[in-house]
Amino acid sequence: MDHTSTLTLTVNGTKVSRTVQPRTHLIDFLRDELGLTGSHIGCEHGVCGACTVRVDGTIVRGCLTLAVQCEGKAVDTVEGLSDSGELAQLQQAFHERNALQCGYCTPGMLVAALDLVKSEPDATRERIREHLSGNYCRCTGYQAIVDAIETVLVHRRKEARA
Amino acid sequence: MKSPAFAYAKPRTLDEACGLLEAHGEESRIIAGGQSLVAMLNLRLAAPGLLVDINAIEGLGGISVQGDRLVIGALVRHREIEQSGMVAENCPLLAQAAPHIAHVAIRNSGTIGGSIALADPAAEWPACCLALDATFRLVSKKGERRVAARDFFKGLFATALRPAELVAAIEIPLLPNHRSVFLELARRRGDYAIVGLAALARPEGGRLHDVRLAYLGGGDAPILARHAMQAAEGKPPAADLSAELARDLSPLADLENRAATKLHLANVLARRALAALAA
Ligand SMILES: Cc1cc2nc3c(=O)[nH]c(=O)nc-3n(C[C@H](O)[C@H](O)[C@H](O)COP(=O)(O)OP(=O)(O)OC[C@H]3O[C@@H](n4cnc5c(N)ncnc54)[C@H](O)[C@@H]3O)c2cc1C
Ligand code: FES
Ligand code: FES
Repeated sequence: MDHTSTLTLTVNGTKVSRTVQPRTHLIDFLRDELGLTGSHIGCEHGVCGACTVRVDGTIVRGCLTLAVQCEGKAVDTVEGLSDSGELAQLQQAFHERNALQCGYCTPGMLVAALDLVKSEPDATRERIREHLSGNYCRCTGYQAIVDAIETVLVHRRKEARA
Repeated sequence: MKSPAFAYAKPRTLDEACGLLEAHGEESRIIAGGQSLVAMLNLRLAAPGLLVDINAIEGLGGISVQGDRLVIGALVRHREIEQSGMVAENCPLLAQAAPHIAHVAIRNSGTIGGSIALADPAAEWPACCLALDATFRLVSKKGERRVAARDFFKGLFATALRPAELVAAIEIPLLPNHRSVFLELARRRGDYAIVGLAALARPEGGRLHDVRLAYLGGGDAPILARHAMQAAEGKPPAADLSAELARDLSPLADLENRAATKLHLANVLARRALAALAA
C-alpha cells in the first residue's frame, strides 16, 4: 500500500496542498513542511500542551493528530491567530503580567486560553485552571498566567456591559 | 519520538472498514480519536502496518434516545458527551464523569468507542458502562453482536472484541429513578485516576436500592464491587465497606500509592458516594 498521500487543508486561512507520509503528525507538518514554528513540540505524547492548535475551531493536540486526518479541515496556529488580532488582548495581558519567561509553553497556553475566553466569558480562576490543566509551564508557576487570562476575561466582561 | 511508518486508509462504510481489518489482520489497527493510539505510535509501543481511520464512516456518530435506551455512537467525542443536553438529562453519570477525562484538547478528539476498545483500567467510560449495565454493539464482516459491558472487560487492556471487529455503539438503559455520583481521586486534574467510582442507586426514604458501585483503578480492569453493593443494598448509606471492598478490588501498587492506600481511598469514595446518593 502507498505510504504517501496528498493532503489539502486550510492553514491560517490559506489553502495548502502537500504530499505527506501518514505517520507525520500535524505539529511536524506545520513546523517542518510549512515553516510555522510558533507551535512547539514538548513531550510528543499528549501530556504537555505545547503543541496546542485549533482544528475546525476546537483545540487539539498537534502531536496526537495525524496530518492526514486534517484533510479538508481548517487549522489555526498561533501565527494566524496573532496576525488576525484574535490573540492581541491575551498577548498584551501575558506581557503585562509577566506570564511568560522562556516562552516555550506560551503559544500553547495562548491558544488554549483563547478557547476559554471565547467559550466561557464568565469563567472563574478555578475554571481557568481547569481549562489549562493540560498545558504545562516549567517557569512561571502558573499564577501569572491565570492572572493574565483573568485580566482579559474581566476586561471583556466590562466591555460587554458598557 | 516519531511513529514508525504505516499505510493509511479512510473507508467510507462499515463494510469497507471491516473488509480492510479482515484482509490485513494483525497488521492493521483502527484509529478513532488517536488520543491513545498516536501516543503509543510516537512512543513506538505500537507499530501497525496499516491504520484504518474510521472517522469518515457514517452512522458511527450521534447521541439519541431509542425507546428505553440512550444510544451513543462509537465516534462521539468525550467533549460532546460532556456538553450534551440529552446526556445530562438522560444519563447524568456520563456528564459527571466526562470532565475527569484528560484535558479539553484531548476530550475534543478522543472517542467513547476508543476508550471502550482500549479498556484502560483507570479510564472513566468503562467503569461508567459497568455501573449503567450498558451493552456494546460490535460489528464485523460476520455481522453485528451485542455484548454486555459486564461480559466485555476481560483484564488489563483486554476485551471480548474479536479480531477485525469494531465497537459501533454503546447502549445505555435509562434509569429515571436512579441517582448517580461520579467521584475520582487524581494527583492533578486530568491525570488518570488513582481510584475512581461510578455509583448509582435508587434512593427511597433514606435507603438505597439497586446500588451499583463500579471502580476504576481498582484492579487490572474496571470492577463492579459486588460484595460492597450487596452490603449497601436496601440500607441507609453505609459508613464502612472496607471488608467488602477488600474482597472486590485488587488494586495495583504504582509509584506513588501502595495497594493498601488505594483500597483505603476506595472505601473513602464509597462512603462519600453513598451519602451523596441518599442525600
Ligand atoms: C495526556 C493524556 C491523558 C489522558 N487521560 C485520560 C483519562 O484521565 N481518562 C481516560 O479515560 N482517558 C484518558 N486519556 C485517553 C483518551 O481518553 C483517549 O481518547 C481514549 O482512551 C481513546 O479514544 P480514542 O478515540 O482517542 O482512540 P484511539 O487512540 O484512536 O484508539 C485507541 C485504541 O482503541 C482502538 N479503537 C478505537 N476505536 C475503536 C472502535 N470503534 N472499535 C474498536 N477498536 C477501536 C484502536 O485500534 C486503539 O487500539 C488520556 C490521553 C492522554 C494523551
Ligand atoms: S508535544 Fe503535544 S502535548 Fe506535548
Ligand atoms: S514560560 Fe517557560 S515553560 Fe512556560
